[in-house]
Amino acid sequence: MFAYYLQLGLRSLRRNPALTALMVIAIGVGVATSMTSYSIFRAVSGNPIPQKSSQLFVVQVDNYGPQKNDNGEPPQEIDYTDAMALFRAQKAPRQTVLYPALLSLLPGEPGATPIRPAGYAVYADAFSMFEIPFLYGGPWSASDDQNRATVAVIGRELNERLFHGANSVGRQVRLNGHDYTITGVIDTWNPTPRYFDPISSGPFGDAIEVFIPMSRAVDQQLITRGNTNCPGENYGNGWDAFLRSGCTWLLYWVELPSAAEATAYRQYLHGYAQDQQRAGRFGWAPNVRLRNVSQWLDYQRVIPPETTLSLYVSLGFLLICLVNTVGLLLAKFMRRASEISVRRALGASRRDIHAQFLVEGGAVGLAGGLLGVLLTGVGVWSIDLLFDPQIARLATLDVSLVAWTVGAAVLAAVLASFYPTWRAAQIQPAWQLKSN
Amino acid sequence: MLHIKPILSALKRHKVGTLLIGCQIALTLAIICNALSIVHQRITHLNRPSGVVESNLLVIRNDWSDAVGAAIAPLIRTDLSTLRQLPGVQVAGISYGYPLRGGGWNSAISTKPNDTSESLVGSRMFADDQVLPALGATLVAGRNFRADEVKMTDSHTIGAPAVIILTQSLAAKLYPDGSALGKPVYVGDSPTPSTVIGIVRYLAGVSAGSWADSTYDYVMLEPTVLMDKGNAYLVRSKEGQLDALAKAGPAALFKANPQRIIPSGKGEDAGVRTFSEVRAQGYKGDRGLAIMMTAMSAILLVITAAGIVGLTSFWVAQRRKQIGVRRALGATRHDIVSYFLTENFLISAGGLAVGAVLALLLSQWLVARFEMHQLSALYLLYGAMTVMLLGQAATLVPALRASRVSPVEATRSG
Repeated sequence: MFAYYLQLGLRSLRRNPALTALMVIAIGVGVATSMTSYSIFRAVSGNPIPQKSSQLFVVQVDNYGPQKNDNGEPPQEIDYTDAMALFRAQKAPRQTVLYPALLSLLPGEPGATPIRPAGYAVYADAFSMFEIPFLYGGPWSASDDQNRATVAVIGRELNERLFHGANSVGRQVRLNGHDYTITGVIDTWNPTPRYFDPISSGPFGDAIEVFIPMSRAVDQQLITRGNTNCPGENYGNGWDAFLRSGCTWLLYWVELPSAAEATAYRQYLHGYAQDQQRAGRFGWAPNVRLRNVSQWLDYQRVIPPETTLSLYVSLGFLLICLVNTVGLLLAKFMRRASEISVRRALGASRRDIHAQFLVEGGAVGLAGGLLGVLLTGVGVWSIDLLFDPQIARLATLDVSLVAWTVGAAVLAAVLASFYPTWRAAQIQPAWQLKSN
Repeated sequence: MLHIKPILSALKRHKVGTLLIGCQIALTLAIICNALSIVHQRITHLNRPSGVVESNLLVIRNDWSDAVGAAIAPLIRTDLSTLRQLPGVQVAGISYGYPLRGGGWNSAISTKPNDTSESLVGSRMFADDQVLPALGATLVAGRNFRADEVKMTDSHTIGAPAVIILTQSLAAKLYPDGSALGKPVYVGDSPTPSTVIGIVRYLAGVSAGSWADSTYDYVMLEPTVLMDKGNAYLVRSKEGQLDALAKAGPAALFKANPQRIIPSGKGEDAGVRTFSEVRAQGYKGDRGLAIMMTAMSAILLVITAAGIVGLTSFWVAQRRKQIGVRRALGATRHDIVSYFLTENFLISAGGLAVGAVLALLLSQWLVARFEMHQLSALYLLYGAMTVMLLGQAATLVPALRASRVSPVEATRSG
């Protein structure tokens, strides 16, 4: 029966090529715009570490005070004094301080000029906390952290470039004029959005290529290439004065696997801030935050407003295209009242009429969907002409998006043909035949 | 002249069709006038002047790979003289922070010492004495820095500068009652004052982002070279030499000293950019959104028009017999055309009324959610007129076809 309905549908569609084309184009364009916007939205709003997003927390401590903080919110990052105090306390099962150290790397080959790899200074726990996958070797040890060892973990692409992809564990890489021993090579890893530091490197940047121990980076006075905020800019001269200052430039992450541990840590933080108040360092009541990955990404507003806006506008656009299609299908189906009457008089049930017309609507949807895939392809391909390349490249036309596109179009068209079909099936055969 | 009553009673028999067209018109109006209002806001945003003479200006970003501390100072001096000796170079200066760079250093500024209120924040640029001429910025009062005022230091050893240059808007905000020239200002809650020695007519801040809409041109320049930061050489070329310099400049720098990093990235990460590229990249998001919204609005109008043509054609086909009767009873072709036009006018008017309410609701939501400006009534009016004219034009095609229905049709059965 389905094949017969399809045949009937196709014949009817061929009878009004202009109307059919209009419906197909409307659905195709509507679906393509929404899907292009959605492909970006999906990429920027995804959960970068679903299995752990409620176990990893970022710590915020208000060292600015009510006069200088952001409407009661503590600064986004923390200062060196607090970071070190929290780290020494080791109150969480795993924890790390991190900042994007400004690194320069001299490739080994003669005549090479230095490059600036995207690098981070972290503690050894970071690798297990963020589930960073290793291709060769592994993280450095906690004693390397203590000894301020010149060790490094490098990214897969950098390993390709420096060592042609060979296992480079134990070899040296020259960073800022010092040789660092490689302890591990990371496999492809670039969580999107970059939850562990959306502030300094941006939420949608390139993969991180070098990790070095935090203690070593501070020892070598490596400045941050990221964000620094200072409650007062006149803190004195030199690196040590900077470390002692209230400038916030570090992120502090803890892993707290259970709710009980999270509560305990929250209490500890509160107590820590209270101690600081008692010691006279903070002249205000404790103001601390412990946000998990999802809360942190929400708070950081990593989803660019343009992306959300485009998504909403294109969904509105799709809605109009659908209303349009309902109108046109209605027009088309009602025009065939006599045909329906003849079929009904010859014994077709309402269900048969429903089936026939829904198949016809579905065929329009399918054609629209295929056009939509084509146009989504064009949209995704041309999106980097319009948007920030870091975001544009996240938009990809993969299998699931194609399935979504076609599915959405067919569903939209079937939904759109539902009312006209119902109306068509309502026609009284006798009445219609008599009037002819 | 217009017989509205029979039209209304005819429409009652096509409730769903009428509702669908009305609905489509309402949604179209709501979306296009908001979309075009967004386009307008973005275009206004990206057409803001930068205060820079944008042609013939090259930006070369430079970092040192190994050199640290005081060792950097002579390297920078060598670089600047290397650049200045190149044929085709007019002026070359060094700066940390320049207009539309895409982020940089912001500092609070006040007329009071130790002011911790941070009520006024502007872009802070650390520049030598050649930066203003390289940018082509115009001084409206006072003077530029002298070479002997320029200090070389690192970012952890900055104090308040002795002298400072402000943009006119910032100066006026600090000293609303008269010229700020020669007056003290306090940068970053400093206890020591900086004297305003010059006022620049206009200069865009380091970020094109919309966060700083009103403070976008609050800029302070101080005669400091921050040696440890990723500085940019701002090079003004002679006419027509820009492209050649974009290659020759970095090449000469590498020849003078290879221990440097001039990033090879794309977009904002590129090491060598002409100022036109800087501007284009700074406003890329704005332009992208404007293009997308314009394209969507255009397609939307076409689709709505096509929908009206489709549905009206259907009505015409359905009523061939009635039209024939009317014609036989003496209605002129003009009467028939005006019947359909009036019908569309009534539907459109209803749709537009609903659409106007939707548009305002949508606008309010956009204002609350995306910090946009309120939709102006003018946009609503223009939008409504456009949609109305479009509807009438779209109806005209099938209406003319209807008017050609011969009175003979009345006599046919079926």
